[in-house]
Amino acid sequence: MQGISVLFTGNNFVRLLSGLWVTVRISLISIGFSLILGTLLGAVMTSRNRVVKAICRVYLEIVRIMPQLVWLFIVFFGITRLTGLNLSGELSAVIVFTIWGTAEMGDLVRGAFQAIPRHQFESSLSLGLTKPQMYFYIIFPQAVRNLLPNVINLATRMIKTTALVSIIGVTEVLKVGKQIIDANRFEFPDAAIWVYAAIFFMYFLICFPLSMISRAIVKKQQRSE
Amino acid sequence: MKLIQKLSAVFAAAAMMLTLAGCGNSGTSSTTTNSDTSKTSTPASTADSAESSADESTTSTNANFRTVDQIKESGEVKIGVFSDKNPFGYVDNDGNYKGYDVYFAERIAKDLGVKLTLVPVEAAARAEFLETAKVDIILANFTVTPERAEKVDFAPAYMKVALGVVSPDSAVIKSVDDLKGKTLIVVKGTTAETYFSENAPDVKLQKYDEYNEAYSALQDGRGDAFSTDNTEVLAWAKSNPGFTVGIDSLGSTDAIAPAVTKGNATLLQWLTDEITALGEEQFFHKDYDETLAAVYGDDEAYKENLVVEGGKMD
Repeated sequence: MQGISVLFTGNNFVRLLSGLWVTVRISLISIGFSLILGTLLGAVMTSRNRVVKAICRVYLEIVRIMPQLVWLFIVFFGITRLTGLNLSGELSAVIVFTIWGTAEMGDLVRGAFQAIPRHQFESSLSLGLTKPQMYFYIIFPQAVRNLLPNVINLATRMIKTTALVSIIGVTEVLKVGKQIIDANRFEFPDAAIWVYAAIFFMYFLICFPLSMISRAIVKKQQRSE
Repeated sequence: MKLIQKLSAVFAAAAMMLTLAGCGNSGTSSTTTNSDTSKTSTPASTADSAESSADESTTSTNANFRTVDQIKESGEVKIGVFSDKNPFGYVDNDGNYKGYDVYFAERIAKDLGVKLTLVPVEAAARAEFLETAKVDIILANFTVTPERAEKVDFAPAYMKVALGVVSPDSAVIKSVDDLKGKTLIVVKGTTAETYFSENAPDVKLQKYDEYNEAYSALQDGRGDAFSTDNTEVLAWAKSNPGFTVGIDSLGSTDAIAPAVTKGNATLLQWLTDEITALGEEQFFHKDYDETLAAVYGDDEAYKENLVVEGGKMD
């Protein structure tokens, strides 16, 4: 039980919070870029052009197949090796998570558009709507509604995966936790469980509101149908 | 073909993003790091001949490391340390770096006359940090091995590690002969496992996946003794009364040394001189007293088994 005291010794709690802020900062910036770039990519992916489709497919598959850890190494160390440019760890992390998020987001957007039945397009045109009107009033609202739960799912996945960035020297919340456990490992061998519990709770505080939003949207959608 | 094209596109995209953010970020040091021409360019610095010839003998991938003069000029030395390996490199409850490696790092910065910037590194990325010159020196409990020596340059050792054997006070194991016909606990994949299966076939080995499993096995009496790195067993025996480290140095002794980017001859030379000079004032004994004694105990014999002065391993 005394292990819980390490959470409040010295600056430990503040350090955990500042680690959490690093986690949140990296994920929010990456998620923001991914939403914008991913939507554009998704629009491109619905193209009928075979070459364009193939290129997008290859990009998506490469990003999915390669573990994020490898991407972090490629961007943080690889770019310095190739160009001599020295990126900070945090910037590298944002780049990696944006590359990944954009690919996943693109695929979600493509899926959401393609899930809209053909007759929705045809009936709106036959009602005399112009193409921009059709997209703005008919297609986008439906696509966005299909999309949101998946996007929030992606966002929570991205938040959790940022735990990998300690390998490139960025001290996020999980790494701070490991530091605290290790600093106290001789006096409080049972500190680990309390520190991990605190971190679990912190991740929960960030991810749970997102899940709530997602659930609310799904409910609203069901009601309106 | 397409795959290669895509890969390069990914890199292009990444490169584009970094140029966007690059302006705000790098600030001071951007002048010294310029693409592959670094060998010839060296703007305004007194390109000393020893360093450039060393540079030519190695492959040009390890560009951009900083010479001692460049470090002094910049007013800052970047040293990579562990941030969660108590008692070698860790962050204490107040958020300050502490430990045997950190104590040495602070001294290096002081003797260079520059500010110390500690960079937290993970074991798996230590060599990479040097190869890309993201740090000047690695002081992260880095054991010298032939494979690593191909990637980085090691300075003389400042610590050494061998195997140790811990056993209950009631039946202390003092030599390998004591272990004949007895059961020894080891952790899979450690040097202890290799050493005993090669050198002591008449010792029965009981193998575990995790350290904490092995320690509970020892406490429960499932084996007669437990062997792993001597630093580890010493620390454990100190906080667990009733157990003694009967053998504190066994098997081949591995050196733990500072490492610099391959080819960084001036910094390597500076560190070699520094370690020799520190040997005269018994600096690492003091380092042990300040950082390791609390964990490993004050025993002189243990101290001699861990500390290396002046880079001289026996």
